[in-house]
Amino acid sequence: MSTPASFVWLSNGTSLPWAEVPEWPVDSFVEATSAELDRGVRLCAWFGVPDGDATRLVAVLAYDADNTLAVGRSAPARGSYPSLTARHAQAHLFEREVWEQHGLKPEGHPWLKPVRRANGGAPANGKFFQVEGREVHEVAVGPVHAGIIEPGHFRFQCAGEEVLHLEIALGYQHRGVEAALPGGPHRVTLSQMETVAGDTTIGHATAYAAVLEALAGSEAPLRAQWLRALALELERLANHPGDLGALAGDVAFLPTAAACGKIRGDFLNLTALLCGNRFGRGLVKPGGCRHDLDTVRAGQMQQQLRAALDEVEQAAAWLWDAAAVRSRFEGTGVVGNATAADIGLVGPAARASGLVRDVRYDHPAGWHRFAQVPVAVWPDGDAFARARVRWLEIQRSGKFLEEQLAAPPDGPLCAEPGALAGDTLAVALVEGWRGEVCHVALTDAAGRFRRYKLVDPSFHNWTGLALALRGQAISDFPLCNKSFNLSYCGFDL
Amino acid sequence: MFVQDTLLHRLRQGCQPMAYPAAPPPPLPDRHGGALRVESAKCAEGCSACVPVCPTQAITRPEREPVALDLGRCIFCAACVETCPTKAIKQTGDHRMAARRREDLMLGKTGEEELRVAAALDEKLRRLLGRSLRLRQVSAGGCNACEADTNVLGTIGWDLGRFGIQFVASPRHADGLLITGCVSRNMELALRKTYDAVPPPKIVIAVGACAIAGGPFVGHPQILNGASSVVPVDLFIPGCPPHPLTILDGLLRVLGRLETPDSLPAHDKVTEHP
Repeated sequence: MSTPASFVWLSNGTSLPWAEVPEWPVDSFVEATSAELDRGVRLCAWFGVPDGDATRLVAVLAYDADNTLAVGRSAPARGSYPSLTARHAQAHLFEREVWEQHGLKPEGHPWLKPVRRANGGAPANGKFFQVEGREVHEVAVGPVHAGIIEPGHFRFQCAGEEVLHLEIALGYQHRGVEAALPGGPHRVTLSQMETVAGDTTIGHATAYAAVLEALAGSEAPLRAQWLRALALELERLANHPGDLGALAGDVAFLPTAAACGKIRGDFLNLTALLCGNRFGRGLVKPGGCRHDLDTVRAGQMQQQLRAALDEVEQAAAWLWDAAAVRSRFEGTGVVGNATAADIGLVGPAARASGLVRDVRYDHPAGWHRFAQVPVAVWPDGDAFARARVRWLEIQRSGKFLEEQLAAPPDGPLCAEPGALAGDTLAVALVEGWRGEVCHVALTDAAGRFRRYKLVDPSFHNWTGLALALRGQAISDFPLCNKSFNLSYCGFDL
Repeated sequence: MFVQDTLLHRLRQGCQPMAYPAAPPPPLPDRHGGALRVESAKCAEGCSACVPVCPTQAITRPEREPVALDLGRCIFCAACVETCPTKAIKQTGDHRMAARRREDLMLGKTGEEELRVAAALDEKLRRLLGRSLRLRQVSAGGCNACEADTNVLGTIGWDLGRFGIQFVASPRHADGLLITGCVSRNMELALRKTYDAVPPPKIVIAVGACAIAGGPFVGHPQILNGASSVVPVDLFIPGCPPHPLTILDGLLRVLGRLETPDSLPAHDKVTEHP
């Protein structure tokens, strides 16, 4: 087999025939991917495609500065292959996942264990990393936590108050999302996409719709793209103030905590004004949108949006004014710039570590080709930076919405996508409020899904939380956890 | 300055909890649609147009039987409402959807066009829990939407605390569980242990289509299709997710806190379950 020269370029929200994806023998494929990552390229997805009794590996890479993506694949492989993680930490969970899903073992992976596999009513957590020593103790938390929150298990290795190491074991929320997709799209697929991570309904539904439209070679009408962009910012606006409130609550600063709990609801109600559901269920569908924003409704939205933005500005001002809050946020849970890049952080967590990384800006698709939101970055990588980036994004999303609501495009709401192309690969990225949502679909000869890969931003970012805790007091865990506010079900699928 | 400012802001904020249930509840979003009403008598002969459009297979029409819609499985996408040629399935706009028995959510038959809204707990339990209910929340395969809209009840607008209802950190301190999610196999053990840790007498509330019947994931081998597969459920609150008002209504209803006719909003057709 001849070795291809390079990966093939692919823009966000487009497709290409599977036959045109360059193929390497598996060892050289790992080498080729590693060489690209050495140049600062980012790994969006790394997954297996079953091929007879063997598995092909597929890599989706992001060249953020060049505003393009690229894909490549390996020849069918069996048994094992040389691990990419050994050289690039950002691959570590992807390789564990491939091993779990396809039995293909990454040789040299430093911490190979299951991701979501069941073991008698609970996930197979395997053995936890342990620090030994007379003064060292272990703290286990979860899966059921103290608040109204999803389940996960945290295992701390501590010397006194100081956390030496945190291992995060998830998988409790595993609902078999990916396993149900081959042979699809099914009748229920869109509803499942909306609930992959229910607080990111618009993010995931938009990525799914974009993938289907790319496979059908069609495009949603501009008005639908505009509505999706509005809904995406409304989703961000519901969650970011909620996070600011929760962060305030974790340092016992009640004015902002109390106000933001309500304001979050005000933003959710704006999404409900658009589609009836506070989380955006039923708004996005392949081909377009199901609900329109008439002039009266748009006027109502502008008014309520302004009121909510004013309130959140006030609540945020209290927060930043309080020296007690700043001193608790600053220097807590630091993830440095280099570490953030190494582990492949995305979204506000990446931007709070100084990485200029935002799908809306780097890989504009849909309405973001015409209107962009400036990228909000803060350099320090601590809880303060993660709170600050959220505040910057609240302001910018608000401004974006006000500008867009004032200038709606005309036209139809939906254009039914036709049949899906066979033997074709499509990729769509969307900047959800937690970061990059990545959907990759590969069809069979008949145009049904042969493989569908979902990557929620939390899949990249949980490692960031684990590293943020190193050297930190264990009592800072709630604050650090909230400063990331990652999805359990989005990770567990 | 800072302390003074903060106090001033707080004073200006005033007291924010909504007047409900003393006053009528805030309206649902107009595009929400509320509970469904199914009149199988209106179905066209041999028509089953609604059956294939339902994403969660909540609608069935066996031969020579009336159409049946399971509101527990429903995710309220309204595809059936849009499809029905004879308007046999309609949205009522009613937020009240909590039911005590699973079969009370089956709609369609004559006399059962709408759900049978939950009755309060028996007198003994009401005496114990009616003025002070402590719940432990367990998310078992939830998507964080039911969780978020349960959480919101604790914020200043809804202020669940004024009813004596509180979410507590330990099952040992709880009078019952509020379960969300389709109950993934990977949460089975944790859910069972949490239930066992709640001292009796205890109640279980299933919130959302997933916790009632598996929701969009019904039938996946990785899940157990809802809370009833693991624990006995005393109250079902449909929705995807249920609106906070629907959840609050369910909680107050089961505690017998909505019984004075004055506090009920002006809906006419909902029948009370005995």
